[in-house]
Amino acid sequence: MRDLTERALDKITDLGATYGDIRIVRRKSESVQVKNGKVESLTSEEEEGFGIRVIADGAWGFACSMMIEPEEIDRVAELAIRVAKASALVQQSPVRLSPVEPAEGSFEFEVLKDPFEVPVEDKIDLLLDADSIMRQIPEVRVSQGTMEFWHTESIFASTEGSYIRQVKTESGGGIEAMAASEGEVQKRSYPAAGGDFAARGYEFVESMDLVGNAERIAREAADLLVAPQCPSDTRTLILEGSMLALQVHESCGHPSELDRVFGTEASYAGTSFLTPDKLSNFKYGSDIVNIAADATCLGGLGSFFYDDEGVPAQKVDLVREGLFVGYLTSRETAAQLDDDTYSNGAMRADGWNRIPLIRMTNINLEPGDWSLDEMIEDTREGLYTEAVASWSIDDKRLNFEFATEVAWEIKDGSLGQMFKNPTYTGITPEFWASCDAIASQEEWHIWGVPNCGKGEPVQTAHVGHGVAPARFQNVRVGVVESQDTD
Amino acid sequence: MLGRVKALEILGNALEHSTADQTMVTLTIGESSLTRFANSQIHQNVSEFNAVLGVKAVVGKRIGYATTNKVTNDAVKSVVERAVSFAKHSEENSDFVSLPHPKPIKEIPAFDEQTATYSPEERARAVQDMLAEASKLGASGAGSFSTGYEESAVMNSLGIRAYEAISLASLTTVMTCDSGSGYADRISERVGDFDPLETAIEAAQRSVDARNPQPIEAGEYDVVLLPYAVAEMLDFLAYMGFGALAVQEGRSFMCGKFGQQITGENITIWDDGLDPRGLPRPFDPEGVPKQRVDLIVNGKANAVVYDSYTAHREEKESTGHATGGSGSFGPYPTNMFMSPGDSSVDEMIATTKTGLLVTRFHYVNVIHPILTTITGMTRDGTFLIENGKVTKPVRNLRFTDNILERLSNTVMISKETKREGIAVVPAIKVRGFRFTGVTEF
Repeated sequence: MRDLTERALDKITDLGATYGDIRIVRRKSESVQVKNGKVESLTSEEEEGFGIRVIADGAWGFACSMMIEPEEIDRVAELAIRVAKASALVQQSPVRLSPVEPAEGSFEFEVLKDPFEVPVEDKIDLLLDADSIMRQIPEVRVSQGTMEFWHTESIFASTEGSYIRQVKTESGGGIEAMAASEGEVQKRSYPAAGGDFAARGYEFVESMDLVGNAERIAREAADLLVAPQCPSDTRTLILEGSMLALQVHESCGHPSELDRVFGTEASYAGTSFLTPDKLSNFKYGSDIVNIAADATCLGGLGSFFYDDEGVPAQKVDLVREGLFVGYLTSRETAAQLDDDTYSNGAMRADGWNRIPLIRMTNINLEPGDWSLDEMIEDTREGLYTEAVASWSIDDKRLNFEFATEVAWEIKDGSLGQMFKNPTYTGITPEFWASCDAIASQEEWHIWGVPNCGKGEPVQTAHVGHGVAPARFQNVRVGVVESQDTD
Repeated sequence: MLGRVKALEILGNALEHSTADQTMVTLTIGESSLTRFANSQIHQNVSEFNAVLGVKAVVGKRIGYATTNKVTNDAVKSVVERAVSFAKHSEENSDFVSLPHPKPIKEIPAFDEQTATYSPEERARAVQDMLAEASKLGASGAGSFSTGYEESAVMNSLGIRAYEAISLASLTTVMTCDSGSGYADRISERVGDFDPLETAIEAAQRSVDARNPQPIEAGEYDVVLLPYAVAEMLDFLAYMGFGALAVQEGRSFMCGKFGQQITGENITIWDDGLDPRGLPRPFDPEGVPKQRVDLIVNGKANAVVYDSYTAHREEKESTGHATGGSGSFGPYPTNMFMSPGDSSVDEMIATTKTGLLVTRFHYVNVIHPILTTITGMTRDGTFLIENGKVTKPVRNLRFTDNILERLSNTVMISKETKREGIAVVPAIKVRGFRFTGVTEF
């Protein structure tokens, strides 16, 4: 491959690029889905290609192709330069990049069980076992289970001298039971809505105990059909881990992406309330709220060795003792923020055919010193909720409304009755300012989210969120009205 | 471009390699380019050449699906072998009956050479002109301008042979002027169908009008929704329940309601994949010709769309609404229409004592699919209407409301419609739209 990367870099240099890089990516994936006792889909996907990114005449250009061949590399290199020169027609100031030390090496995440070596029959059997247990509950209309696996080999080479090879294997899955009666439908999932994922092998799926949790979630889905509507009021709210992971994702991860802050996502996903004047100068949450972006977590879905600009993986603080202190950055945005700022390595592309954007790594809420049980015992009147059902947040990431699959009333320190259709809403800094308890390391888990969307053309990133359950005060819950009162 | 002959030759080669009882092969290949701008400069400019060759192999009632983005002989043979191997290792799916049989397919002229070959320089100049025009109004812009083409071909072992080439141009912009923002978009198979300058002026003028938005209380308001917002409501109806799979699984709002009134009598919604006023396609990813499906007729739930799998479950025919890939997502409408009325946005405003004019929604998501309850924000131009006039911009609001209920309280519908994503829709005026929160801008 090195001959091809050198050919590309020589070509773009000859054509006038002041900077350029090429990424060659090979990715394969496998997915298994069972539904109602049948194999719904069994899919194997493979793709490869390369993308060349250049700065010419002070502007960005990018072109890519699925054909990894010398002549095609020449054509795409020329096209990338042409695209950059077209960009330069509408340019306010030339692109500047913060410096990075050139790197060279080959890096690979270790897995105990290569998921692509595990017989597909074993995967189907495991999911069908869980599926059959869920279908024993009569109200369950749809039972399903999924597994997905990815293997990605990427090579990054730049005109600055980097040549980095990385190999990453990712695994995950989950189960879901949907119960239905006339005019009502409810679902429960495990271990999280859409499943849980990690940069690990098949051992991660085996550790989930999908079969052992199938009956519980199926029964809860059925119980939800007759559960009362979540009350509409303001109360103490305790979020389980997978729901809290989404809260961190939407209300901290996205607004701390510096490209959003600088407006380059304005026409699509929006901007951010965390403007540069707030850096180290804005109370984002309560004193116990510490949030870091950590691309070095072992097994985290958002982990890597180098980002797609050749910047090494790092751990950086975003919120420290409640104070907003850092962004996720790229080489370009770091230079825009401050001449002396280096990129903290958050640039990733969704494959060979996409340009890198600032993406979350593992955005982790650091653990506290409570336990979930202690939080509940310490709550006089509240709500404990589990599993993401729906999410919505404004284009500056302030006003949010999230729905969860299920909630239980907390009354005088104990869990009480189940509620259906729970929702909660708030304003981001007010919500995090009300955080008064976070569970400890023992209940801390990195949730893998493989479907974070951003950019045009849309890119899907694999990110992680390490969290433990946490408690929030004075939260407005039950926004949606009851069917009965409509 | 490959062209019909070469595309079908590749798929024919794939079929020959298959040892499965039934096999379907699909190919999409094309070039797409996108120029993105913000802060009044181009910050991203990309060009892509890619393909997806998909193989669905059926052994007995066991199904395997595999893809590759290579179309070499070796790659084609390999992907067929992977699909067949997966099928052999799978379990029987008793609901599967057969891949679809061939039916006549209409030709649809959806390819425009200018759009397919539009250059990065042409897109950059259009962006340059848009930004200059916006600047005259004191606005600056962000957005994206994409052009390109795609060839699609489908072949199966039962005789389906389908090919089409389409081009597509899409322009989206958010203009900002101080604290105001405005939006406009255009989409067509022909880049010459829309005027980037007119698009820029629409968004820029709205951003000027939206400056200094005032605080407003959440609550119920009569609302005039521009087509951008109406299209999003239709998109969510499609997502929550216009597909047969959602009905068969009991999660659609259409369940048990066929023939019953679910919206006002003034609401009729249909899907017609062949209607050139939308974005027509002659056939679906299974190679089945598109059929018109009347989804809601005069407010009554009428029908949903099918692919071959969901159709066979009910001993029906596919309506040509498969979604591709392994097919597990289920059928989906892709060219919806909402019947126009006889009103105009100006008349809707003039007849409103107190209400809101909403340009578009942002980050909408489902709260309850049976109730068609969704939540989302307003964005890029929300205005107060008082005594028949737009009086001032207001801060964005969060809504949490039930689409069917709002369509049961739609009191005015515009004569003019707009092509917006997968739907062609009018503007509407609805009573009692529920806003459940406000934000700070």
